[in-house]
Amino acid sequence: MNITQPPATDTAAPGLLLLRGEGLSCIRQDRVLFSQLSLQLHSGQLLQILGKNGAGKSSLLRILAGLASPDDGQVFYQAKPLAQSLPAYCGNLCYIGHQSGVHEQLTALENLRFWRAASGLNNADDWALLAQLGLAGLEDVPCRMLSAGQQRRVSLARLWLTPAKIWILDEPFTALDQSAIVLLQQQMLDHLNQGGAIILTSHQNLTLQFQSLVQLELAYRW
Amino acid sequence: MVNMVFIQRELRLLARQKADWLNPILFFIIVLSLFPLGVGPEPNMLRIIAPGIVWIAALLSVLLASERLFKDDYRNGVIEQLVAGRQSLLAFVLAKTLANWLSTGLPLILLSPVVALLLGLQQPALAAMALTLLLGTPLLSLLSVLGSALTMAADKGGILLALLILPLYIPLLIFASSAIEAASIGLGYQGQLAILLAMLLLALALVPMAVTSALRINVS
Repeated sequence: MNITQPPATDTAAPGLLLLRGEGLSCIRQDRVLFSQLSLQLHSGQLLQILGKNGAGKSSLLRILAGLASPDDGQVFYQAKPLAQSLPAYCGNLCYIGHQSGVHEQLTALENLRFWRAASGLNNADDWALLAQLGLAGLEDVPCRMLSAGQQRRVSLARLWLTPAKIWILDEPFTALDQSAIVLLQQQMLDHLNQGGAIILTSHQNLTLQFQSLVQLELAYRW
Repeated sequence: MVNMVFIQRELRLLARQKADWLNPILFFIIVLSLFPLGVGPEPNMLRIIAPGIVWIAALLSVLLASERLFKDDYRNGVIEQLVAGRQSLLAFVLAKTLANWLSTGLPLILLSPVVALLLGLQQPALAAMALTLLLGTPLLSLLSVLGSALTMAADKGGILLALLILPLYIPLLIFASSAIEAASIGLGYQGQLAILLAMLLLALALVPMAVTSALRINVS
């Protein structure tokens, strides 16, 4: 486990500590994916988790999102263990896993409406948002007719709607074309500037300059 | 707690995937229309076996509808999203249950006059059948939603689902068919109805919580 930090981060003042993992371990099928892993996420910070396929990136994200429990160690949200702060944490978290969370039989608009209802958000201008994401004209086509990249865009549209401070994104750039990747990174940059924090896994290098980027490499272990 | 957007979504999905609810209804009608052919059209014989076969057909058709309830939402990650967000999982479960009852339970109640005609049931028995279906099908929906939530992650969960859920259907089967039987020989059946209502209320109070836990366990 080596943490590489670009020199730029030294100058940036660390924001509020949002999320902290301490001594995290995860075991899958008798294989230790990682052990004694500690990490911190401050507001305004982008944490990129790197590692080979099977290194445990998604497992780590699921643990940090409160979906799975670590085999050892603990996650703290604003200095309280996750078990105690779960309702507050879930309200402040936007997790997008590698399944898109988009139902193929529903249209982009219907998926967004469902997602907004599920997160207790008010109505917003979905048409304008979908147009911004390059889905103009496809708003009321069932998502099974869309390409993988377009479905991904529908799924990522919630990042433009959510008020959550912490984003946990598992391979958000998968299947996206160059213009969508830039669009998403721009949105991530805006989020960070507004005091949000992002944890993501990606095999692609980020093309925009993120001042507060911290990289965490998970080594593949046998 | 009850969320109209969720209910609309479920109904819209049912409208787009008609096989999910039409197949069980057709199954119910086919089974019931085969019985007079199989055991012979002797009215007295049919009247004796009618209460049992109506309810067995109802159980199996609801079971048929339940296998795929959560499958799609599990596969495409919607359940995972809801568990991660936590706050609306219960509303989602209630919407699923309501939509399941509207698409499988309600049609059986509406079909009961046709069933009475097929099996030669007379008036008091027909009323008893409709009433037991009215109280019993919501209970069937609740239990099948529970079974479906428990088995959604299993690839071929069908037979596991049947093994889990059919034993829970048995009390319902006993009291519902005994109510119809009592009515057909002119006895009162309020007692059986009261027990069905009690079972329904108990399930209504406990099952949604069990379902949310089952969903949570399945994604973690």
